[in-house]
Amino acid sequence: MEIKILIRDLNFYYGSCQALKSINMDIYGNKITALIGPSGCGKTTLLRLMNRMSDLVDETHIEGRMLIDGQDIFDKSVDVVNLRKKVGMVFQQPNPFPMSIYDNVAYGPRMLGTHNKRVLNGIVEESLRKAALWDEMKDNLHKSGLALSGGQQQRLCIARVLSVDPQIILMDEPCSALDPISTLKIEELMIELKKDYTLIIVTHNMQQAARVSDFAGFMLLGELVEYAETREVFNVPKDKRTEDYITGRFG
Amino acid sequence: MKISPKFTHNVAWGVCWAAGLLSLAFLFIIIGYVFVNGIGSITWEFLTTNPKGGLKGEGGILSALVGTLYLIGITLLIAVPLGVGAAIYMAEYARNNWFTKLVRFGVESLAGIPSIVFGLFGFALFVTALGFNFSIMSGALTLACLCLPVIIRTCEEAMKAVPRTYREASYGLGATKWQTITHVILPAAIPGIITSIILTVGRVVEETACLYVTMGGSSNMPTSIWSSARTLSLHLYYLAMETTAINKALATGVILIIIIIIINFATRWLSDRYIAMSGGGRMSNGN
Amino acid sequence: MSNTSSTDVTKPVIELRRIYDVFWRYAIYFFGAVSFVILLLIALFILREGYPAFEKIGIWQFISGQRWDVADSAFGILPMIIGSLYVTVGALVLSVPLGIFSAIFLTDVAPKKVRKIIRPAVELLVGIPSVVYGLVGMLMLVPAIQQIGQGSGDSILAASIVLAVMVLPTIVSITEDSILAVPNAYREGALALGSTRWQMIWNVVLPAARSGIIASIALGMGRAIGETMAMIMVIGNSIIIPDSIFSSARTLTGTLALELKYATGIHWNALFATGVVLFIFILILNSFGILLLRGKTK
Repeated sequence: MEIKILIRDLNFYYGSCQALKSINMDIYGNKITALIGPSGCGKTTLLRLMNRMSDLVDETHIEGRMLIDGQDIFDKSVDVVNLRKKVGMVFQQPNPFPMSIYDNVAYGPRMLGTHNKRVLNGIVEESLRKAALWDEMKDNLHKSGLALSGGQQQRLCIARVLSVDPQIILMDEPCSALDPISTLKIEELMIELKKDYTLIIVTHNMQQAARVSDFAGFMLLGELVEYAETREVFNVPKDKRTEDYITGRFG
Repeated sequence: MKISPKFTHNVAWGVCWAAGLLSLAFLFIIIGYVFVNGIGSITWEFLTTNPKGGLKGEGGILSALVGTLYLIGITLLIAVPLGVGAAIYMAEYARNNWFTKLVRFGVESLAGIPSIVFGLFGFALFVTALGFNFSIMSGALTLACLCLPVIIRTCEEAMKAVPRTYREASYGLGATKWQTITHVILPAAIPGIITSIILTVGRVVEETACLYVTMGGSSNMPTSIWSSARTLSLHLYYLAMETTAINKALATGVILIIIIIIINFATRWLSDRYIAMSGGGRMSNGN
Repeated sequence: MSNTSSTDVTKPVIELRRIYDVFWRYAIYFFGAVSFVILLLIALFILREGYPAFEKIGIWQFISGQRWDVADSAFGILPMIIGSLYVTVGALVLSVPLGIFSAIFLTDVAPKKVRKIIRPAVELLVGIPSVVYGLVGMLMLVPAIQQIGQGSGDSILAASIVLAVMVLPTIVSITEDSILAVPNAYREGALALGSTRWQMIWNVVLPAARSGIIASIALGMGRAIGETMAMIMVIGNSIIIPDSIFSSARTLTGTLALELKYATGIHWNALFATGVVLFIFILILNSFGILLLRGKTK
């Protein structure tokens, strides 16, 4: 297994408040890694560091290293625009732009300089296919993205991420706003996607983590308490706190 | 005798009703008075001839109408880019530092400065120091300074109302900040920007004091932005103070009030639409 | 899939969109600075042109001088300061109670339907050009005052009434906002103790909204002192220290508008010095108002 993201002694602060405490973690390529834990444990913070979305917040401070394909992404030489192209993100609330479905998917490539109509058409079709949305949408590409159902909107957002050909896709509780059927569709999609991409998801939903992920990390109060293959974390947790959480004693 | 709380309550309620209705009455009295006494003097000829000047205030309002339009155009051309740019700063770039505090202080202070002080400044800088003389240009530059705070605030609010997740989604796709601003934030904030434009038009129509000392007030038809000219409000002032044509001043007042009412409805309609939009969706065509 | 894929995330090749991004970042900082620069320029120009007057006449003599006679090169602005203060105070005496009660009417008393008529009406009052107020004052108020009082009717009273109507919307809308910002728990607490709704408003809501109400008065006052054209039209513009509300007077702003276009030499400087005094007045009032409003939101 290839290590895609390597995290060493990572500390992160909002002002004087420490949100992440010496995180060490190896995230493997073409796998789904789930981050679980109660709200406020730092899992979303960790996820948002991976494409430096954390830069959007003022007065933060990072210590330690995070290497993606051997490159430290906190290094001065790193360009966040390039980084984010490589590390895509799907958000908790489906957030298609107030544009047509086509424009939503074509947005990324256009911003990166692709304006050739034929090329764009190809990218849009392929991205929508990969997001299992093409058959439903191919005749309605010029409908507003906001007119879709919640589950369709979220798949549109996934297609939008795929359009810029990332290697890693971060998903921040991608199903928390969706109904069970849409959730299931997204989960199927994730498993399909891991053939080509490395996925990291943050989730509150224990069953979801158990169903889809290959590796799972349990976080509590900014610490990575336990990180191993999902089976192990769920069946034979090494740490008492993990066990308590998984068996539903708190959280 | 002790006054019961119930009695006090009833009296107070009565006073509130009286106050509220009196405020409403002011509007009706002002508009009613101007309309009743002014509408009779509005004729086709009044709208389509230039004022002739003189003590009798003969002629119509055509050049004042054209002067107003001229001034609206030039003022918007100067103020809107500056205002939208500053709003982009406040909504997208401002960090919590001294520079932002300075900008905020500038906008807030400018908003409170009276028109005539802007006039004084415009007179000293544009009319005299820069040699633009009494002209539409001097008036427009002065007005642009005066209108800037309104544009900045309105546009800033509109941009801040654009959901944060749109920005994140755009950055997440590898768009630069400027691409995000021009392709996602500004299109979503367009109703707010249009509202600010309409508000500016309203200010241009209303303002008198700062224009009185920068535009010169010629009653001739303006031929370029370097012409001295008058707006409808200025024209009303000249008619009321320097001629005997009070009926024409009232007629000009009618036109002004109609314009202001239209502007009021337009902003109201737009802001309703804006609220509806941030909840619903907006179509845009692909390619 | 697309042609943009790259595994390297270090500093990029030069791309047009990145150049734009950097260019516009600096441009936007520049745009942001414009308002402050204008403010600075205004202060600078007015001070520069006004300074010679302070120097030649003396600040104290300028402010406390009772004569303003251009032909005689006498420049004292006390009459105008008093004129401005008179009309401002007069306007506030009329509009503050009316405005506060109207705001309470809008928040607590009026049925929804009535509120829906009055709020846009108050907003419309803001938009009406000041010359229209002046005109209506000239034609309706001045003759009426002439009949009941002495003199021509062009008076502090007429100016105060016109100004009261003009600042009313400022006072109503800011007071309304600050009343609406009072937490509901306060109201419920008072009602639960058996207060009438008026007792609740008077004893709980208004004290809680106090700073907003004071801010509305400060900002209304700023607007009142700055008003120009409507004042010129109804106040008579005589340079005298007024002795009654029926007396004619002149405001600071009126002097500027009336004389600026024809002024030269020391007269010109004296007018700018008047502008300096006005500018400082307004800056103090507005800063006070803004600080109060800001304190409230914290």
